[in-house]
Amino acid sequence: MDLKLGKTIFDISHENTIGVMPPAPGVAASDKSWQIPAEFLRESAIDWPEVSEPEVVRHYIQLSTLNHHIDKDTYPLGSCTMKYNPKINDRAASLPGFVGLHPETPDADCQGALQLMWELAQDLAEITGMDDVRLQPSAGAQGEMVGLLIARAYHRQRGENRRTVIIPDSSHGTNPASVTLSGFEPVPIKSNADGLVDPDVLASVLNETTACIMLTNPNTLGLFEREIKRIVDMAHAKGALVYNDGANTNALLGLARAGDMGFDVLHLNLHKTFSTPHGGGGPGAAAVGVKKHLIPFLPGPAIVRSETNGIVQFKRQSPDPLSIGSVHTFFGNFGVLVRAYTYIRSLGAPGLKRVAEDSILNANYLRTLIKDAYDIPHAGPCMHEFVASASRQKKNGVRGGQIAKRLLDFGVHPPTVYFPLIVPEALMIEPTETESKERIDAYAAALLAIAKEVETNPDFVNAAPHTTRVRKIDEARAARDLDVG
Amino acid sequence: MQRRLHLGSGVTILPVYPGGTVIKDNLLYTKEHEWLSMDGQDATVGVTDFAQNELGDIVFVELPAKGTKVVAGAPFGTIEAVKTVAELYAPVSGEIVAVNQKLLEEAILVNSDCYGAGWMIKIRMSDPEEAKKLLSAAEYGEMIASH
Repeated sequence: MDLKLGKTIFDISHENTIGVMPPAPGVAASDKSWQIPAEFLRESAIDWPEVSEPEVVRHYIQLSTLNHHIDKDTYPLGSCTMKYNPKINDRAASLPGFVGLHPETPDADCQGALQLMWELAQDLAEITGMDDVRLQPSAGAQGEMVGLLIARAYHRQRGENRRTVIIPDSSHGTNPASVTLSGFEPVPIKSNADGLVDPDVLASVLNETTACIMLTNPNTLGLFEREIKRIVDMAHAKGALVYNDGANTNALLGLARAGDMGFDVLHLNLHKTFSTPHGGGGPGAAAVGVKKHLIPFLPGPAIVRSETNGIVQFKRQSPDPLSIGSVHTFFGNFGVLVRAYTYIRSLGAPGLKRVAEDSILNANYLRTLIKDAYDIPHAGPCMHEFVASASRQKKNGVRGGQIAKRLLDFGVHPPTVYFPLIVPEALMIEPTETESKERIDAYAAALLAIAKEVETNPDFVNAAPHTTRVRKIDEARAARDLDVG
Repeated sequence: MQRRLHLGSGVTILPVYPGGTVIKDNLLYTKEHEWLSMDGQDATVGVTDFAQNELGDIVFVELPAKGTKVVAGAPFGTIEAVKTVAELYAPVSGEIVAVNQKLLEEAILVNSDCYGAGWMIKIRMSDPEEAKKLLSAAEYGEMIASH
């Protein structure tokens, strides 16, 4: 039944259909005692849709099936860590005490919420080996910028004006953007043949103008930076800081800590690693962690715990005078923080370690299943994700983006395509730990079937998707003749 | 897409893709995939068939105004495809004496006729000797064949 497809809730409105019976208003329309200025009084009826409850439910359930989402099927979008979001997270975040909490509530009346955030920050510091963590930034890119502003504040306070930030060419595109936005100049360096940072290349650009090196470890090729200790030592010897883009922390939980590797500052995408829902623009949360020497520069309010006569109290504390300031209202996206806390507490330390182990196992398993059909430029074991290439398929006239579109016909989400930029026709695949062996087998089978089709019927692949609600979109026309009217 | 490449003699077709990629024998090339056609003091510049194929459907081309000075090897504009934006590099130094205004409205000409109607700028060369450093059709063909 496609009767309602493409229609809005207003389109299915029927005059005099009733979904709820509101109670009689307690104030007569003629009652002027409220003294609402005349210009704010509504003169016409409100244009609510008039829809029965079953039709409302059907309408939204149907809408929820039109897009792909993690509750529907596999979503191995590399770099995004689209893991299943346990429903218990939502249950915790829906507790009335959290939902109804006003951010201006006095400390004494919201001890539970303050304790939760204090403990979450402690947990994240422990997981990453950092000395302090703040929860305010609300997206990965904002976390990056906060980290860079901290680096700037740190150098300025020491009377140094360092202008450049070194970034490997495999980095997330947000890195150079954050660098520029924070008033630095990005200095890109080429990865070596193994897809890793080459310490000799790094040495050639590292100097007294370097404020910071931004690294992602494991990097965007899903590879662990083997020379990480040497790289960090080289940076520190020149007085530069080292920033860890924590987007790929899923591979490290319980196995390795950025703090132990020597990183000075990092951000964590709570919405990736710690299973809070994301995609579609948020809301996210990017906790920022630092080592001791950078604590005064952290943004936003801190929460401090005190204990007197056996009574534990949590209090909000204004940022340090050296702080870079606030980067969001209050504590950022509190509901997301509750979900991340719930995830950490429901898994515990052994569970988190298992997350990392299984995410690595799943990625390597899938990589092995498809390695004969697709080129994998940086061979060998990977961490939680790997990057294949459709270069071979391109010779038959089918590019990576079309393989992605054809995957939609199999009811699964494509990988990230054309990123990282150093791999031509990149297919960046991150199955995450929450996919079962059966799901991964099915995903590999789809990729292998498409590789065959590319050889036998490339036109069919190039015309995909064939079964989705919206078929192949003319992206060029959409960009050329953009109509937002 | 209907391609209107001016085929005929003086053309090499490399089998890099199904359908091949076209290189014109009488042009000079940069490593960044621009072509250059010399006519006395003036040189016409565009991007190669290989470049337009790699980029895919071109949606915008941003070019400088007439009179702008360009420097060999430095960016003079940008070319935007559906998923990427790339810089355009000047093959030689000089002053821009003509800009293909049609391209600003119809970027698709770069896809359909990169060596003809898809030309981008004309440069009055300050040092025609610079052109000697550019790649010949054979050298450029070798470069993309090993791509």
